Amino acid sequence: MTGAANHMDAIVIGAGHNGLVTAAYLAKAGLKVTVLEAAPQVGGAAVTREFVPGYKVSGVAHLLHGLHPGIARDLGLARHGLDLKAQRVATRSLLPGGRSFDVGPGSASTIAAISKADAEAYPAVMARLTRMADALAAYALHTPPRPDIGKMDWEGKLNLGRFAWGLRRLGKKDMLELTRILTMNVNDLANDYFESEAVKGLICFEGVLGLALGPRSPSTVFNLLYRLSGFGANGQGGFLIPKGGMGSVTAALAKAAQAAGAVIRTSAAVDHILVENDSAAGVVLSTGEEVRASCVVSNADPQRTALQLIGPRNLDTMFVSRIRHLRMNGCAAKIHLALDGLPEALISERSRIVVAPKPDDIERAYDCAKYGRVSDRPALELAIPSLSDPSLAPAGRHVASIVAQYCPYRLRATSVNEARRQIGERSLDVLEEVAPGLKKRVTAMEVLTPQDLETQFGMTGGQWHHGEITLDQVLFLRPVGQAQDYRMPVPGVYLCGAGAHPGGNVSGAPGYNAAREILKDVRTQKRVVGAA
Amino acid sequence: MQQSYDAIIIGGGHNGLTCAAYLAKGGEKDGKNKLKVLVLERREKVGGAAMSEEKFPGFIYSTCSYVCSLLRPEIFRFLDLPRHGLQVIPYEINSAPNPEGEGIIYYNDHDRTREALRRHSIRDAEAYDEYAMEISRHCRFIKRTLLMTPPDPTQINPFVQNRINPWGHREDLDGLLRIGREFGRLGERHMYDMIRFWSMSVADFLDQYFETPRWKGLAAASSIIGTALGPYSPGTAYVLLHHYMGEVDGQIGAWGFARGGMGSVSKAIASAAEEAGVEIRVNAEVEKVIVKDGKAVGVALKSGEEIYGKSIVSNADPKRTYLKLVDKGDLDTIDPDIHRYARNYKIRGSSGKLNIALDGLPDFAGLPKDAAYGTIDIGGDFDYIERAFDDYKYGSWSKRPFLDCVIPTTVDPTMAPPGKHFMSVFVQYVPYQLAEGPWTPEMKAQYEQDVLDTIEMHAPGFKKLVLHVQCRTPWDIENEVGMTEGNIFHGELTLDQLLFNRPFPGMGQYRGPFDNFYMCGSGTHPGGGVMGAPGANAATEMLKDFKRGVVQ
Repeated sequence: MTGAANHMDAIVIGAGHNGLVTAAYLAKAGLKVTVLEAAPQVGGAAVTREFVPGYKVSGVAHLLHGLHPGIARDLGLARHGLDLKAQRVATRSLLPGGRSFDVGPGSASTIAAISKADAEAYPAVMARLTRMADALAAYALHTPPRPDIGKMDWEGKLNLGRFAWGLRRLGKKDMLELTRILTMNVNDLANDYFESEAVKGLICFEGVLGLALGPRSPSTVFNLLYRLSGFGANGQGGFLIPKGGMGSVTAALAKAAQAAGAVIRTSAAVDHILVENDSAAGVVLSTGEEVRASCVVSNADPQRTALQLIGPRNLDTMFVSRIRHLRMNGCAAKIHLALDGLPEALISERSRIVVAPKPDDIERAYDCAKYGRVSDRPALELAIPSLSDPSLAPAGRHVASIVAQYCPYRLRATSVNEARRQIGERSLDVLEEVAPGLKKRVTAMEVLTPQDLETQFGMTGGQWHHGEITLDQVLFLRPVGQAQDYRMPVPGVYLCGAGAHPGGNVSGAPGYNAAREILKDVRTQKRVVGAA
Repeated sequence: MQQSYDAIIIGGGHNGLTCAAYLAKGGEKDGKNKLKVLVLERREKVGGAAMSEEKFPGFIYSTCSYVCSLLRPEIFRFLDLPRHGLQVIPYEINSAPNPEGEGIIYYNDHDRTREALRRHSIRDAEAYDEYAMEISRHCRFIKRTLLMTPPDPTQINPFVQNRINPWGHREDLDGLLRIGREFGRLGERHMYDMIRFWSMSVADFLDQYFETPRWKGLAAASSIIGTALGPYSPGTAYVLLHHYMGEVDGQIGAWGFARGGMGSVSKAIASAAEEAGVEIRVNAEVEKVIVKDGKAVGVALKSGEEIYGKSIVSNADPKRTYLKLVDKGDLDTIDPDIHRYARNYKIRGSSGKLNIALDGLPDFAGLPKDAAYGTIDIGGDFDYIERAFDDYKYGSWSKRPFLDCVIPTTVDPTMAPPGKHFMSVFVQYVPYQLAEGPWTPEMKAQYEQDVLDTIEMHAPGFKKLVLHVQCRTPWDIENEVGMTEGNIFHGELTLDQLLFNRPFPGMGQYRGPFDNFYMCGSGTHPGGGVMGAPGANAATEMLKDFKRGVVQ
């Protein structure tokens, strides 16, 4: 038996934003919590890092749109240094030939220059979609229901009832429309509502971002709704570029967790979870050190948690097979640019920029990825955070942060090095067309392919949602059926990362839900804590 | 106003005829008030897309649909179709030739299939048991919903009345409870699997079980036939069930040929309908549905003749019904959204057809001779099919298409002269219109050539056997049969257009927006295939309305 110093009530593996949220809530409830992080700093995929001397950028996640306000309030993030004021940005879609249009807050929508009919339709359509998205998002802070309603506790039934009531409140028309569009592809949806290729292109981009699917693949409307639910008021709420980069969010979370009494140890990589008597007993670090606790919470993705940390030998084959077949192949690359100035098209461009002029452009980009190639012409999302936060780059210089889709994890004839070069070059080519002169401004570039995201951030497959947000992997199917309540099959092991319901984005909701379930087990004495 | 008929059915396809026969027979039970039913068919012959025609001397072609299995046994028995001349000959084999090695064979017999699989991969053979179990679980669940009016979950309040189906609420609740009970019987673990199955891509689903690429390609075939989706598209897995849902003579999962071609199916149903007292008029094209005060009262024929009836039933697809047969003005007074629903209804044609007269039996690469006695699926792995889909996406026919071939003359000698054969080739994917514009004769010739070349690759020497080819694009099928864009299912079978959402949200219970107006085609639940279920279900709903006096 190891000494009392090494015996905790709960261990959180990984100090990503969800791990920190869980740790903070557990610590607030009086548990003795240690967070073990493999990297030398906290944050996981939400970090601010210097990729060339003097230039700092948000690691993987670069825009914040889903952080749950309730969680931010509970943990007093503002007190701990998170500044979210006045940072909301609109979205601008850049089109070839110097044209563009804006949607979002602050700037009135300028779709009219592209199409009068679409300008008229857009606010109403987005308001309607957001209403539906909000009704669905009502489940974000609850544990997913079980399809066998009879087996649910009263609280689950109550939540389900409330959710059904929320759907009903949409009214019959919207409810029926929701049942129709839920499984549809975003290209068909865009065609139903809009006429201009440009607007359709933007909608399609929102629908496929983060998926290894194209606009014509069913289930992409769901992804659109998923993203809209975090966008805020009527899909027009816009995005946040937090001051100091995404790292400031996790830094605030870490402070909140520490203030509540959690201990955070960085550079402490967990090798595996210790299973004794078919239940969690602690973790073993890569140094061989044992840290014991009867409650182990993993912020790692489901595959890493089940296959590496718990190990297949402690799990039944069906569960292992389901976990192995999760759709978690990343399809997007992250590109960071150091710029010695901005081209004319991007000067004072505080918006989030999207380059996806036509649905078919995105579809063709996806076609390449289907067969394991890097897109010939990737679709791009770009932000220039240094415009609103000059501290990120030397004076007069800028950084740009780009998500380039698609760069598949499973490459066929291409090597990773080649893919890295290709996605970088091709993205710059696409950008050069809509923002001439950009290439000359680039002084340094960093490209992170899904493989790089996997090795540097520990996300299996480089999938930043810890598993794609598709209909077969959400709600009670996340990560897999019968493990949707944050409990892994080994008693005492919990999942608190984005691989659990409600999924990805920097929302903190999975972490919050996991903490609630853990505390429930503590209360009902299923997990004995405090017995050092 | 003269009201000479109780029901007028627009279109004499298999569903229209089934609906007519059910109505006429259903009314009979009441004894005295026998329903008077009229079927109006545009062409010179009933049958719609289930048709046999002699397009080349001595050869009978099943011009559109080509195999028989989905036809519900309940309908088969109720209408006593064998007595009306329908004979279905089951076949045993579904195979995929392989020019580079051994082909893949699937038998109806589970153990034979597993043995055949063992030649390719022992792992796959072992996984096949597990796979077949999961599939049959899904099938059992789905089959119970086929002959059922899909309940609408948005109107389960039994106290609120709605105009479209004033009696529906209690039934919706009952229906939902029935489905819920079935679902409950699955047990929790299988519940998750089922829900997941409904939203997965067929590629993801099969990857869980199998490793042999060509076997997976063959197994995936049934989930992309007639759809505008590729095997990597989510929501294609459940279409697999189409292949396993059928039965012939009580043999579940069996497929068969209708003796004398698919026209025999329509002929038998028509004969059953006429025996029950249904009047069938051919060469009578309906131009408009006459609507007065929100009530469908009759139809106007192209000839100028007007026929009035107590109820009007459309066997045409939803798009044709609501955009052509019905006036926009009439729709808009009820609800302007319906017109939008009709415009946005997904009914992309994605498949073509080649009917070929052959001088002899072709020899398929990597397959034994008796493979020709079943379905031959020419394709390859997922990528092969997905690439065929890619061509289609951007407005071209697949240069290397996926082909579903049958040679019914191997078991049915009535369709071709002795020693000669008729081969039906279903081509996936073919667009309704090309990116460059409408089909031209040159393009069509090129498409025909591409298909024949593909067969030749998988059956060397095939081209020398060809006597005559009837080549059809979705555009041809639309013009001949009247199905919008030549979509064989009257609308894509994607989840957003199934159950209570088929054809449109809120209209999934066979009733149209007008009083006394009904739908009975494949554009209603449970959808396409020569199944007859939509026709029978529509008739059941109508008879309820007649009994309650809703139709007057």
